[in-house]
Amino acid sequence: MTEGITMTRVIDVAQARKDAKPIEKNDVVFDIQKLTASYGRQPAISDVDLKVYRNVITAVIGPSGCGKSTFIRCLNRMNDLVPGARIDGRILYQGDDLYASGVDPVEVRRRIGMVFQKANPFPKSIYDNVAWGPRVLGMRKDLDGRVEKALRGAALWDEVKDRLKKNALSLSGGQQQRLCIARAIAVEPDVLLLDEPASALDPIATSAIEELMHELKRDYTLVIVTHNMQQAARVADMTAFFSLDVDEGRRTGVLVEYDGTAKIFTNPADKRTEDYVTGRFG
Amino acid sequence: MNRYRRRRIVNRVMELIATVAALVAVAVLAIVVLSVAKRGAGAISWDFFTKPQALFGQPGGGIANAIVGTVLLVLMAGAMALPVGVLTAIYLTEFAARRVAVPIQVVIDVLAGLPTIVIGIFVYALLVIGHTQSGLAGAFALAIIMLPLIARATQEVLLLVPSTLREASLALGVRRWRTVLGVILPSSVGGILTGTVLAVARAAGETAPLLFTSSIFANTVQTDVTKPLPNIPVLIFTYSEQPDPALHEQAWAAALVLMAFVLVASLAAKALLARSRRKLVG
Amino acid sequence: MSAVPTSSPLQARRHRLRGRLGDLALHGLTLAAAFACLVLVGAIVWKILELAGEAFDRFGLAFITGRTWDPVKHVFGALPFIYGTAVTSLVALVLATPLAIAIGLYLSELAPRGVRGIVGSLVELLAAIPSVVLGLWGILVLGPFLAHHVEPWLHSTLGFIPLFGDPQQTGQGLFTAAVILTIMIVPIVASISRELFLGVPRDLEEGALALGATRWEMVRGVILPATRSGVAAAVILGLGRALGEAIAVTQVIGGGTRIGWSLFPPADTLASKIASSYQGAGSGLEISSLMYLAAILLVLGLIANLVAQVIVRRFDPLRGARS
Repeated sequence: MTEGITMTRVIDVAQARKDAKPIEKNDVVFDIQKLTASYGRQPAISDVDLKVYRNVITAVIGPSGCGKSTFIRCLNRMNDLVPGARIDGRILYQGDDLYASGVDPVEVRRRIGMVFQKANPFPKSIYDNVAWGPRVLGMRKDLDGRVEKALRGAALWDEVKDRLKKNALSLSGGQQQRLCIARAIAVEPDVLLLDEPASALDPIATSAIEELMHELKRDYTLVIVTHNMQQAARVADMTAFFSLDVDEGRRTGVLVEYDGTAKIFTNPADKRTEDYVTGRFG
Repeated sequence: MNRYRRRRIVNRVMELIATVAALVAVAVLAIVVLSVAKRGAGAISWDFFTKPQALFGQPGGGIANAIVGTVLLVLMAGAMALPVGVLTAIYLTEFAARRVAVPIQVVIDVLAGLPTIVIGIFVYALLVIGHTQSGLAGAFALAIIMLPLIARATQEVLLLVPSTLREASLALGVRRWRTVLGVILPSSVGGILTGTVLAVARAAGETAPLLFTSSIFANTVQTDVTKPLPNIPVLIFTYSEQPDPALHEQAWAAALVLMAFVLVASLAAKALLARSRRKLVG
Repeated sequence: MSAVPTSSPLQARRHRLRGRLGDLALHGLTLAAAFACLVLVGAIVWKILELAGEAFDRFGLAFITGRTWDPVKHVFGALPFIYGTAVTSLVALVLATPLAIAIGLYLSELAPRGVRGIVGSLVELLAAIPSVVLGLWGILVLGPFLAHHVEPWLHSTLGFIPLFGDPQQTGQGLFTAAVILTIMIVPIVASISRELFLGVPRDLEEGALALGATRWEMVRGVILPATRSGVAAAVILGLGRALGEAIAVTQVIGGGTRIGWSLFPPADTLASKIASSYQGAGSGLEISSLMYLAAILLVLGLIANLVAQVIVRRFDPLRGARS
């Protein structure tokens, strides 16, 4: 959260990203329509309209408390675990309503994976952490190969290949987080949701994760929540800016602007976006 | 998707098993309580509480002497166990170095797990051999049972007191002993009381320790603690071993009284705990 | 920063001295209390062993394998009661453990908010039932029920297994005792298990669910392995309880010295033999033999308790890289 980097640096980074292909040509993975999510009676986010495109990194930025985590947890129905959580509106995943009756959250989560803010490896060996998901889900063929592929995909294989049986908790913070990424991709999801994946990590580990994300987007669609604007500028192709709407003392998160990253940071359409990305607030 | 359906079914079955298990536990409780209530209600009357046991062969009579005796025993036991338990807990949390604390902790847990009949024999050997049974011996045996319960409960609540509170007091120049007696102990009173009430409920129902120390009693109200005191658990035990249905009915009624007492004490302890938690956490 | 003004230096010294005495006094008093606990346990072990001395001198370790208990001939042996204790405790453990774990899982994972608290309290209430009351219920309600309905059924369907021999009339026997012990152990193990399951960090649970695992798979893959040692300790604690229970078992087990395969006939455990024979014991040798039984019981109880403690203190898979 070092705001020491000036705004112009962020703009430079965003503009220098030449790898951003014309986004609209890709498939729509998530079509989110008028999404309102509440815990109890208070809505956390309200009326969000957004399309997430395939093989693209979409960042969700905004000040704390504006519902970024709530939003992302709606996408894989993790909010179902919170008693009293409710959504209105629709989330279409590849054309199918995620919240239709008869849709099993278990299946949803298999296809839409999640990496959490604080690395949460199981208290098992490194191998077992990655192998557990496939085992349980029935992908038992060539488990060793799967594990290696996932660990390579998370850029962790070389560091751990000689100690696969060691307890995962003996890894460093950054390594544990990459292990969690390996664990998530081992079950072959379509989408990876990352909720502030690097916020608990040091700068070196953070840049390793960011490089990894560039690799991952070839095979997966990524949605990442981050409170770090520079990270969004470095990594994301599309950026969604959420902010807080204060109305009669009630604070609800709303989607203010959603566009290509370069545009959000260099020439935002909404004044609120401009205020945020230039550091005037938040 | 065969594998997926099977996983869903397994999940459902497991949920069912867990629910049934909980139902079984509740059902057993209900059956026992209802049995006691149904079979004992008939003998409950004003006489039951105010008259001592009937003479041999005579109908009627009550358990007044046993009630008085149990009350005396439990009060004496509490008076013996409370100070030692609280002081031991204070030693463990405030003074003991880790190397000393662990063995004492082990010993207290051992004490908590000793078969109560062994405790009864011990007190018998110590205080009854060479003299006679006595209420004091019985109370001492009950005190041994109550001691670890009170010590543990006190420890738990002492540990809840934030160390900042201790530091604040010491930083003012207040002495250790004043801090403990004037600041820490008062804020722990709720938890200590809860633990004591639970220990009392436990002690009131213990039979084995009294079997050797206070089991040969007459059917008159007795308050001389140097003689064996009549008490409810031994009375129930003795009656239950007789083939006389009239005595059985009295045993059920006494059991009802005992269970009512235990129930009230448990509820009181829960209420106390909730109240003291609110005060500490706010 | 100026110092707090005090009166003359002499007075300050007295103040400090009194304070220090106070500290010492409290330290001494609490130390004495803690020490008293140590002494108490030591005294208990010592006394029991001392009382058993006469029988030990007479029979030595052969007492443990002796099959006869004859007050008239002055021959005593512990084997029938070790058998009784072992059988009732093991059967109770086998019945109680899965039940208790299932209840613990229900209370921590399945039950809806309101139900959780109520059912949890009810389970704790089950633990609070005095053993003499449970024993009374066992003699007059459970025993006859088992004798007339359950035992005949078990015998007719599973009678080829020697465990289920001819049913008894009164329902007093090892089986009834085992069921009573099960009722006693379940709430203990269930409550501890529930606490353990609730203690598994939420983000571990979410990590498993986010991979697309079902609830049960998450329980089996994350919660149960993580709480393995705690649950084992809880079970052993329950075992200790079962071993030491004298009153309820005495009431329903019928008494006897038979050693056989069937679970239905009457018998005695170490604890129940002591409780039932104590009043009528004649000779010093008989009493001392009963004390010898108590010594064996004490040793078994201590082993169970210490094993449970060791497990808890040493092997906790949630605590860092202990591989």
